[in-house]
Amino acid sequence: MKSCLVVDDSRVIRKVARNILEDLGFEVSEAANGQEALDVCKAKAFDSILLDWYMPVMNGIEFLRALRALPNGKGPIVVFCTTENDISHIQAAIEAGANEYVMKPFDSEIIQAKFAQVGLL
Amino acid sequence: MKPDDFDFASQFFKDRSGLVLTREKAYLLESRLMPVARKKGLKSLEELIAAMRVGRDSVLLREVTEAMTINESFFFRDIKPFDLFRNTVLPRFLQSRASKKALRVWCAACSSGQEPYSLAMIMREEAARLAGWRNEIVGTDISSEMVAKAKAGLYSQFEVQRGLPIQLLVKYFKKEGDLWQIDASLRAMVRYREYNLLTDLRGLGGFDVVFCRNVLIYFDNETKAKVLAQIRGLMPDDGILFLGGAETVLGISDYFKPIPDLRGLYMPTDRKPAAGTAALSQAGTPGA
Ligand SMILES: C[S@@+](CC[C@H](N)C(=O)[O-])C[C@H]1O[C@@H](n2cnc3c(N)ncnc32)[C@H](O)[C@@H]1O
Repeated sequence: MKSCLVVDDSRVIRKVARNILEDLGFEVSEAANGQEALDVCKAKAFDSILLDWYMPVMNGIEFLRALRALPNGKGPIVVFCTTENDISHIQAAIEAGANEYVMKPFDSEIIQAKFAQVGLL
Repeated sequence: MKPDDFDFASQFFKDRSGLVLTREKAYLLESRLMPVARKKGLKSLEELIAAMRVGRDSVLLREVTEAMTINESFFFRDIKPFDLFRNTVLPRFLQSRASKKALRVWCAACSSGQEPYSLAMIMREEAARLAGWRNEIVGTDISSEMVAKAKAGLYSQFEVQRGLPIQLLVKYFKKEGDLWQIDASLRAMVRYREYNLLTDLRGLGGFDVVFCRNVLIYFDNETKAKVLAQIRGLMPDDGILFLGGAETVLGISDYFKPIPDLRGLYMPTDRKPAAGTAALSQAGTPGA
């Protein structure tokens, strides 16, 4: 079973994402901001991370840069999932090491398509 | 709905576009045609079918035909066929057409353009190997609305998230308000035309590669066979046909056979195209 860490400050969105990902056969963990996520990632290697942009404490892009700098930080496939939908945000995410990018609002079909695209399904 | 009306409608669509409408699908008439009826100021499906029977209003006949088509499409649909195009089909033609340096590709039911643009992006990514080549992608569809949308190359946020890798979105699309538009240079790689597959296709010229995906499924076997025979007539003997995941030539046409180990890909058999169809040794431009 593949693992996915859902990082979002909205409990509702984490829940929606969890349901979709569990249906796709993932073992899901949650974090409410970048710092929490980074702490979990130091202890455990996830196959994938679904990542929001704006969150308190540490935002998504800061988390991603910090993650990719970790010794095993290149491993997880990171899919951004955010309302930011302009080219400059997407570009910045790719440069920071994101593998895919979902623009909210998302649904199960988009998540499934994107996860398939990066070889997680 | 009166049985008589249903029979008329199902015969009408079969003749116009090949669409086979079974009785279980009769509800589609209601759901897809009522918007057309309302637009025309008609109160019911019965009135609309009565107007179709009169048959003088060619705009109406076109609109109902288009309203019944299913236009679902997305970028790099099913992925595999596009990988095969890039990794197997293109290299094969790079060799066999090395002196001619020209390749013609046809998307025979291109809907809103995602399929031809996916091929255009692949060819652009392979530009180094294709330097000096004169390639052409032709996209056709029976629906004028879809052809117009394909030409504009404008897609919703939902559409660009289905199948299109984010790197390609950033590279080849621009944001236009809420929509995303594919770059003008890619739009220029595809020539779009309105074309009904049930009509004489020879005016399109010859094609080395034909994508005819997710359209034959709506036709009966006789219509499928006719379309496949025409496609064969537009192809050189080493041409390649791509069909959709739920489509096959087996038991339908002996002009094509599956290519071993390449799922969804078909090649001409030894049977020669019937007289009257353009038998081409190499694909050429009409009139060229
Ligand atoms: C489901 S879409 C397939 C689009 C694309 N090839 C794909 O696989 O994603 C089917 C398309 O076939 C078109 N179509 C249906 N009947 C046709 C006909 N007789 N001639 C040309 N196009 C037709 C419809 O307008 C529609 O856009």
